[in-house]
Amino acid sequence: MAVIEIKNVAKRFGDYQALHDINLTIDDQEFMVLLGASGCGKSTLLRIICGLETASEGEVWIGGKRVDHLPPKDRGISMVFQNYAVFPHLTVFENIGFGLRMQKLPNDQVKRRVERTAGLMHIDQLLKRYSGELSGGQRQRVAVARALAMEPDVILMDEPLSNLDALLRMEMRAELKGVLAESNTTAIYVTHDQVEAMSMADRISVMHEGKIVQAASPIEVYRDPAAEFVAGFIGNPPMNFLPATPAGAAGQWSVAGQTLHGPNAGKDLKFAIRPEDLTLADQGFQARAKVVEPLGAHLLVTCEVEGHQFRAILDSETQVRMGDTLTLAPQDGRGRWFDPATTLAVS
Amino acid sequence: MNPRLLPYVLILPVTLFLCLFFLYPFVLVAQQAFSDGSGFTLDNFRDVTSHWKFPISLKNTFLLALAVVPIQLALSLLMATMVNRMKRGRDLILYIWTIPLGISDLAAGIIWLAIFEQSGFLNSMMGGLGLIDSPTNFLSYQSPMMVFVAIMLAEVWRATAIMLVILVAGIGLIPKEYYEAGEVFGATAWQRFLKITLPMLRPSLQTALVLRVILAFEVFAVVQALGGTLFPVLMGETYEYQFTLLNAGAAAAIALIILGISIAFTLIIMRALRVPKGATI
Repeated sequence: MAVIEIKNVAKRFGDYQALHDINLTIDDQEFMVLLGASGCGKSTLLRIICGLETASEGEVWIGGKRVDHLPPKDRGISMVFQNYAVFPHLTVFENIGFGLRMQKLPNDQVKRRVERTAGLMHIDQLLKRYSGELSGGQRQRVAVARALAMEPDVILMDEPLSNLDALLRMEMRAELKGVLAESNTTAIYVTHDQVEAMSMADRISVMHEGKIVQAASPIEVYRDPAAEFVAGFIGNPPMNFLPATPAGAAGQWSVAGQTLHGPNAGKDLKFAIRPEDLTLADQGFQARAKVVEPLGAHLLVTCEVEGHQFRAILDSETQVRMGDTLTLAPQDGRGRWFDPATTLAVS
Repeated sequence: MNPRLLPYVLILPVTLFLCLFFLYPFVLVAQQAFSDGSGFTLDNFRDVTSHWKFPISLKNTFLLALAVVPIQLALSLLMATMVNRMKRGRDLILYIWTIPLGISDLAAGIIWLAIFEQSGFLNSMMGGLGLIDSPTNFLSYQSPMMVFVAIMLAEVWRATAIMLVILVAGIGLIPKEYYEAGEVFGATAWQRFLKITLPMLRPSLQTALVLRVILAFEVFAVVQALGGTLFPVLMGETYEYQFTLLNAGAAAAIALIILGISIAFTLIIMRALRVPKGATI
């Protein structure tokens, strides 16, 4: 059992505040993804959990034990590094067995565990090679096997797939998810790639400027972003925003000439809608098409609505040309509302 | 210009220069060593190796190398590791530690002579502290061990920095992630040094050791200043044959013997510290 609890963790580098008062609980065997742009503090948080960095404030608990004063090796964790950190002077076998050797396990046990994890990662035929003779994908597999061979309670991954090419990344994504689910470990996975986050995570913590903005299931993060930042970060392309002003009756809002039903609030809000939640209709936002991108599966149209950039994903057969004026209607129940002052969602 | 030829054309001047000023004299020296004026002979080698001072100077040269190089290796590794951990003042410390590199070996020998000689710093200090009544002559034929230690100290002081700069550069090239991986997977600081730093430093260790060992077999001025005739070494014998005994053939023969020893040790070091194929960063 390894529940991870992060309590009031803050980190300062000199004057720079990298993390502000982070509180997060990760359940046993949960796959948690820390998602954010570079510099948001996600790697720093991972390194604090790992023990490679010390928090300026706060506590880290793993499996009911406070660990923030312990060295990495006593925390029951293992890690997959971004550049793999597969030792070049050791064979694949000795790389995978590195941690086990440090624990002074007997040779036969090391051999058994190395062979088992190598089999799991399909690299059993590479055990005698050096890392210089491996491809990036194979090195990645060695790094994961080395982490799994430790049979840790928690496995930490710092952008492990970011150095692979797109096709390989997709393949490894699915494989990694499968292997980790079978290993019954709690996993924390840092990435800036939202597709990776969406496809692998049980829960995503979206981070921004050293804070966790939202920690929820992928579909909730996607459907009900807790803050404007999340709405503008998740989704490719992300949500469209339009200013909304009260239109007389409670819950009635005027958005770009349309009257929409929304929450009760006494001040101006922002209306947000995903590009794929827009349809061509008789009544709706008047949008002038500026760029039309046929992407095969669908058509991405970048338009302008009352001076605001507005994107729509339409059926690939739709006939749209630059300069056309489209009438786009938001699908019922798909619009979201944000308070411009606090940037938080309003419902 | 044919682009395939260009690199060769560009290295031609250096190659010509080295051929003219290194290879040609080398051939001349070899010729001198293997001839007696009329034809091929091994007489010069027979003469120098059968001389009573040869085994002593050979033994002294090896002993000195054996005593000095391991100490310098350990010291330079320690110093390089320390410097590498420093966040501030790293360059300043490096400059200070490499000062001895800036002076000639004869000057280094004289500095240590000023410490150890009868009217030297060490004697006046011990006298001042009341440890001794009258100054003693440390560097006399009666205390060969003291002469050896003085030469050793001077050599360590003078030439550790050359290994240090090579190792500092080498350690700086090892990516931090390897140490973090070592830490996460349970290696102690000492184990990280043994299992990560040392093996990954092999190319730099090779260079540093080859350079240092060759220099150790060529040791001359420091020994001359501190030991004089009390501590004969191979290079000193070369000098002796060439300039005192005016026997250029014998001097050339000893020079070739030193070269042979240097090449042998270079090959041994290269082999011992070779990096297996595919095992580079």
